[in-house]
Amino acid sequence: MDDRKKALQSIAAARWRVSLLLSGAMMVIYFGFILLIAFNKPLLGSLILPGLSLGILLGALVIVSAWVLIFLYVRWANNKYDNRINNLTRE
Amino acid sequence: MIVNSLWYIPQLAVADVTSLGHFNPLAIAFFFLFVASSLGITYWAAKLTKSTSHFYTAGGNISGFQNGLALAGDFMSAASFLGIAGLVALNGFDGLIYSIGFLVGWPIVMFLIAEPLRNLGKYTFADVVAYRLQQKPVRIAAAIGTLAVISFYLIAQMVGAGELIKLLFGFDYELAVVIVGGVMMAYVIFGGMIATTWVQIIKAVLLLGGTILLSILVLAKFGFNPLNLFAAAADKYSGVLAPGKQVSDPWDAISLGMSLMFGTAGLPHILMRFYTVPDAKAARISVTYATALIGFFYLLTFILGFGAMVLVGQDAIKQIGTGGNMAAPMLAEFLGGDAFLGFIAAVSFATILAVVAGLTLSGAAALSHDLWVNVVRGGHANESEQLKVARGATMLLGALAIILGILFKGQNVAYMVGLAFAIAASANFPALLLSMLWRRFTTYGAVASMLVGTFSALILIYFSPTIQVAILNHPNALFPLKNPGLVTIPLAFIVGIVVSLLSSETQAEEKFAEVENRIHIGSEN
Repeated sequence: MDDRKKALQSIAAARWRVSLLLSGAMMVIYFGFILLIAFNKPLLGSLILPGLSLGILLGALVIVSAWVLIFLYVRWANNKYDNRINNLTRE
Repeated sequence: MIVNSLWYIPQLAVADVTSLGHFNPLAIAFFFLFVASSLGITYWAAKLTKSTSHFYTAGGNISGFQNGLALAGDFMSAASFLGIAGLVALNGFDGLIYSIGFLVGWPIVMFLIAEPLRNLGKYTFADVVAYRLQQKPVRIAAAIGTLAVISFYLIAQMVGAGELIKLLFGFDYELAVVIVGGVMMAYVIFGGMIATTWVQIIKAVLLLGGTILLSILVLAKFGFNPLNLFAAAADKYSGVLAPGKQVSDPWDAISLGMSLMFGTAGLPHILMRFYTVPDAKAARISVTYATALIGFFYLLTFILGFGAMVLVGQDAIKQIGTGGNMAAPMLAEFLGGDAFLGFIAAVSFATILAVVAGLTLSGAAALSHDLWVNVVRGGHANESEQLKVARGATMLLGALAIILGILFKGQNVAYMVGLAFAIAASANFPALLLSMLWRRFTTYGAVASMLVGTFSALILIYFSPTIQVAILNHPNALFPLKNPGLVTIPLAFIVGIVVSLLSSETQAEEKFAEVENRIHIGSEN
């Protein structure tokens, strides 16, 4: 019984660690973008190609980064997390 | 180079806006087709809706993919489609801050909220916060926050609906708002979550299809290269590819960003959708699909917004409504004539109806499940009584939606939703997260966090330039930021933590082990 409790606590700790890390990554990316908007507008307005400003490119990349982070989480959860939970409940 | 020379031609054309606001039989045919078929679904769902669990969560039988589509349908509201297209068309890059901000809340929902919420709760997010705390005070505070969020969110949807129907049928804005309220109430009262979910799935498919088609038609005018479109926009209106006057104050930009990011994880109608799937894994699948679809949709809003700016023109858009909400339908009319306008208008209308239905359902759950059953009746009320109260609450909220829609005529809908997000991020998100993560969280802490979050957000919105300058025409505002999130989100967290540290609740700490167990293993073990 005590072993099970300990195992669960370690799973819980791992889960929140991954969740908070990935949430932190999303926050850094998005607020980095927002801080650029807030404090360096001319930089974001500079054109990389005709019609493509740095701001629009970075904005699209923020959306793509959200996809990438979710993909990383789902891969972790499907492979590692679910297995550990299954092992725990099977006992 | 050949491609480049092609896109100069349509720029010379000026959109013909004369047919807008007049009788458009094709548009009306599409509109009735949608309303009739969705009422058919409601009729079918009404026969399946026998218990409160069917009414609130479709019996928990929705699959992960279906729920992903329905989440996308719930989230891609009038604000996303009409409001953002309008903001981008009128302000360029500034409008994109909303598109991006609305999306980045989804990973937060996925990482922190979705799976634990599914495992801990039953019908509302208050189930989770109240799980190991005292039921009554927590549920009352949660219901107050929920209703505040829903009211602001409803305003945005109803304003969009009113303008749209006025544009389509040419009759009064007020009458249009009453019609939307009426049809929405029919869905929710008779069909509950089953009807609402299917209306949302159909609407998500139609909206994505319509947006893709519209984007293709826009891009066809620019050699299928978005950069040509953006360049044409920059030629016609200077400075639209860079952040501009809409976010003149840096702190305002940060504040808006915080509200958009954390607001998604506090929206009652989104949180409620996680109870419609059977388990945490299905909740995970739903968010994955939802984020993929919503992100793709928001990338397309770049094209719709700049397309409307170049092809329809800012003056023509403003002529129809100062908020810019009709930019996307006008673009459809310009590119595909009456038939396409009819289709896009019907899709927008479907969008609004579905979102209003989802919002109302979550409001009804707060009023009936949280307040009536758990506070007034102390957890004991039979099924038929619960259903009766939920349906009564739906009518009440429908009436409220109609009144708010009429009062707030003329506001940009994406902007109003930004305020709803600020309240959700301050009222609900901090308490929800702390209740799942922190052993020392107490009833006093939860209640204080939710009430301070809700009321500080409401009060600061009242004293912000939004209300003081734009609506009341005062020369300046007491509170400088247009969006209160920068102050109110940290405040709600701090208040929740400090009050919890000052109080102590042995029972809540002891039950934390049970919470931890359920978060990971679910209810069956």
